[in-house]
Amino acid sequence: MSDLERLDRFLRTDPRDVGCDEATSILHVYVDLVAAGEDAAGRYPGVAAHLLACGPCSEDFAGLLLAVTSG
Amino acid sequence: MECARLPAKGLDEESAGWLRRLGADGGERQAAERELHARLIRIALAEVRRRSAGTPVAGQELDDVAHQAAGDAMLAILRKLGDFRGESRFITWAYRFVILEVSAKLGRHYWRGTPVALDAGQWERLPDRFGIDPARHAEAAGVLAEVRRVVDEELTAHQRRVFVAIVVDGTPLDALAAEMGLRRNAIYKVIFDARRKIRRALVANGYLEEPGLERR
Repeated sequence: MSDLERLDRFLRTDPRDVGCDEATSILHVYVDLVAAGEDAAGRYPGVAAHLLACGPCSEDFAGLLLAVTSG
Repeated sequence: MECARLPAKGLDEESAGWLRRLGADGGERQAAERELHARLIRIALAEVRRRSAGTPVAGQELDDVAHQAAGDAMLAILRKLGDFRGESRFITWAYRFVILEVSAKLGRHYWRGTPVALDAGQWERLPDRFGIDPARHAEAAGVLAEVRRVVDEELTAHQRRVFVAIVVDGTPLDALAAEMGLRRNAIYKVIFDARRKIRRALVANGYLEEPGLERR
């Protein structure tokens, strides 16, 4: 990926992005789908778009997924 | 709004067991609460360690944050037990509380021992923030100068303050939210709008091409 593409990728916004509040409110549902190998992003595209763009929510997602899959 | 869907069937056996035990009387309930609390502590300790590279908190204090997060999560879970609707497994719903508590507490602890400087404006570090190869900084200077111009001239004062703190100075979003007394979502929305505004300007001035993902 070129430098300009990296900058462009950061600046691009996805109108499906639901924001932190909504993504957080159903994070447990999303994580269970991912853990079960189901199409979480297909069922909740706005959450998937948000997790791609929001570092803190992405960290919460990673932590919760690890928690439920590590037993 | 993407609402979570309720399961077509009843609760899974494990979730039903948690609800039954936590709703029971006497010893059975106390044992369930002890078990859940122990699990929350284990998850919180693992989570603070996973995040330890991004926080100035360390050692015993990090463990203390984990224990506080587990305690606060436990109280919230018991208070909101009636809100659990079976959209996920019970334990996933419960663990969400402790993960979010860890996240919020580490955000609040970020400034401990660190001078608060929300407007340091370390623009010289912007190329690194965007992962631009040092050998190509000169090549990227034009577009980055345009980013700075848009930030200085087209963002509102609030947008500029938040953008500079997060993107230019690399302040963690949760730490900035805690310092400004705002919710994470409020800060995210400001950055989201600033990104759109900057990209539109870069497209208008020929630095970037449409189409982007923007549709509104």
